[in-house]
Amino acid sequence: MNIIKNRYYYFLISFLVIIPGIIYMGIHWAQNPAEGPLPLGIDFTGGSLLEVQFENGVQPAAKDVTAIYNSFASDVNKIKDPIVQSLGTDSISVKSKAMDDATKGLIVAEMEKQFGTKAIVLNFTSVNPAVGQEVARAAAGAVGMAAIAILFYIWFAFRSIQHAFRYGTAAIIAMLHDVLVVLGIEAILGVTLGWEADSLFLTALLTVIGFSVHDTIVVFDRIRENLTIYRKVDFETVVNHSVVQTLDRSINTQLTVMFTLFAMVLFGGDTIKHFVIILLIGVFSGTFSSIFNASPILVVWENKEWRTWFKRTPITETNA
Amino acid sequence: MRQRPTTMLIIVLILLAFSAWINFSESITIINPFNSTTLFQRDVATKLGLDLRGGLQALLEVPEGVTVTSEDLNTTKTILESRVNALGVSEVTMQIAPPRRIVAEFPGIDNPEEVVASVKQTGLLEFVDFGSTPLPDGTVIKTDQGSEGSATPADDTTTPAEERIYHTVMTGTLLQTVNVQPSASGGYEIAFSLKNEGATIFSDYTGANVGKFLAIVLDKKVISAPQIQTQISEGSGVITGSYTAESANAFAVQLRYGSLPVPVEVTESRTVGPTLGAESIRKSVLAGIIGLSVVILFMLFYYRLPGLIADLALLSYALFSMALFKLIPVVLTLPGIAGFILSIGMAVDANILIFERMKEELRSGKPLRQAIDLGWQRAWPSIRDSNLSTLITCLILYIFGSTFGASMVKGFAVTLAIGVLVSLFTAITVTRTYLHTVMDNIKSADHPRWFGL
Repeated sequence: MNIIKNRYYYFLISFLVIIPGIIYMGIHWAQNPAEGPLPLGIDFTGGSLLEVQFENGVQPAAKDVTAIYNSFASDVNKIKDPIVQSLGTDSISVKSKAMDDATKGLIVAEMEKQFGTKAIVLNFTSVNPAVGQEVARAAAGAVGMAAIAILFYIWFAFRSIQHAFRYGTAAIIAMLHDVLVVLGIEAILGVTLGWEADSLFLTALLTVIGFSVHDTIVVFDRIRENLTIYRKVDFETVVNHSVVQTLDRSINTQLTVMFTLFAMVLFGGDTIKHFVIILLIGVFSGTFSSIFNASPILVVWENKEWRTWFKRTPITETNA
Repeated sequence: MRQRPTTMLIIVLILLAFSAWINFSESITIINPFNSTTLFQRDVATKLGLDLRGGLQALLEVPEGVTVTSEDLNTTKTILESRVNALGVSEVTMQIAPPRRIVAEFPGIDNPEEVVASVKQTGLLEFVDFGSTPLPDGTVIKTDQGSEGSATPADDTTTPAEERIYHTVMTGTLLQTVNVQPSASGGYEIAFSLKNEGATIFSDYTGANVGKFLAIVLDKKVISAPQIQTQISEGSGVITGSYTAESANAFAVQLRYGSLPVPVEVTESRTVGPTLGAESIRKSVLAGIIGLSVVILFMLFYYRLPGLIADLALLSYALFSMALFKLIPVVLTLPGIAGFILSIGMAVDANILIFERMKEELRSGKPLRQAIDLGWQRAWPSIRDSNLSTLITCLILYIFGSTFGASMVKGFAVTLAIGVLVSLFTAITVTRTYLHTVMDNIKSADHPRWFGL
């Protein structure tokens, strides 16, 4: 089995997945310059989200709920014209600008009065816009910090072999690949299905970063070991051999993680569904990139293949 | 690491028994068998986070522009705790998130509005310079305490009263004692004395402003605005007004315990109803059981005998982790449970790495015992390096979560990190011990199919 030989086809697959995501991010950014590339939830933009369930199967009309909000709106709380959505057959979710608990209490009481049934608050979140922006900035910082910490860790872990820095860089490129896949798919789902990135999305993204590197290290570790065993064999063959040797493990680990994540998507409830689906995509991308991106990048680097990229002559295959 | 398998097996079994004991108890007690004294006692009931049991989480912040020390935050936290305790809310936790935030959690309450209102009340007592024009009691004013604006000169009459920013001479933090006493007119009044620092400020100010008005203001509302008759140099004074015994007492309590050194605002508030929480627990437990079962079956079918050993190791792993969650204790949140279920997958990974290596060694004709040792030794650097990188991510997530009171993120990081550490431990000890114990009694050459070869 020669995986490394077809490396440019795998790079192409990665680009075909990433590019639509980048286009969607661009579309969203152009339409919402203030928000940036992803539709953001109230955790980052500030605002409030109220989820209420009504007894006796009552499902109020969105316009009646909007009317109640507007009657409590003022120049201070600015909760006029909220976004009202139905959840199932007896619950609603209302998104508005940030409001305090006292206003929420008044609104829920008014709902009970108008709709003539008991209203149960399932969930109420209110985030001040300033805090939201600060969280968003810190989130970007957390991702950057994680990337740098891991780069240095791999550099350190592979310090005994030649070009240790390449391994760290290749792992980071594979990781950025996974970050872009996750961000892109989130942007596509955001624009088409209205998904919003919240702090759980951020958690998923950071987990994907951890997993991506986890998988890459297992393959690199095998390369590290094989390089000392097969001293006479050329680099590309050693890398391919290492990838093939770890393939069983990669697929089986991938499968077990997928099993648990699928169980959570199917049975874990709505609160974390978004979170788990993003994890599922990211973990899959992480395994893909560790096999088909990270290791081939090492070979591209070793052969300095970029020198032939812009020439008309085809790339010469050096495989044994 | 060349311990005898039997010794290790006994240690693992003892740990398993201990974990099972913790998992099925609400509290544990270890008694010294020699003198019957209690050696160790701990409540090990499962702690559920707000998203699972319902409740309110509020992020309190000192507004921008107010200078705040860590001591201020500590005092604020203590005062707020005593305030909500007075409301009858139990199990409140408040954590300081430097430099200017406090994360407050109120589990299982059904009156979040009331609790937030009581927390928001700053109880900020100010002595405010009114110049020569007093305002009626009950007027809401602006002061230069806790805001960025600079004070309007006291005797500026061109600016309308509601736009003026009054100068705060000093705040209630300089109060030493507060007492209620009967007044000459038959009602009640509040006598206070000041700390040395306050006495000096008070003496200087009253000396320079005889005939002017000095207002007593609580939470920016004028309580009374008496005229300064003479210089008050002894560092004590009296607040008079139409107080009954009860209202004077309530006011005095507020002054004594209620005054926060800095004002706070609720910048984030999250309420989860108890029904949603209960449903989340039910669903995630179901998802966990199904996920675990599928993984167990997969390992059994693919790896046969070693798969069975991996399954036993996996169940041991689950027992150890849950016991640790209860013992530490870790507050379980929904993402925390997700982190745990996810770490099951990572725990299996360590076993898969070992078995794949072991199979390679067996294929190359090594005897079984040697294959186990070699497989384990060769797999170990991968297991170590890959898990360390996950731990680094967990650490960064944890720091991020603590800074912003994002307890969901924090909970996820903690359970995932514990999961990774326990899986390292089970990979080193448990899997290896089980393998040796089983393999000592069979010959692989007789049963290659048991190993999926």
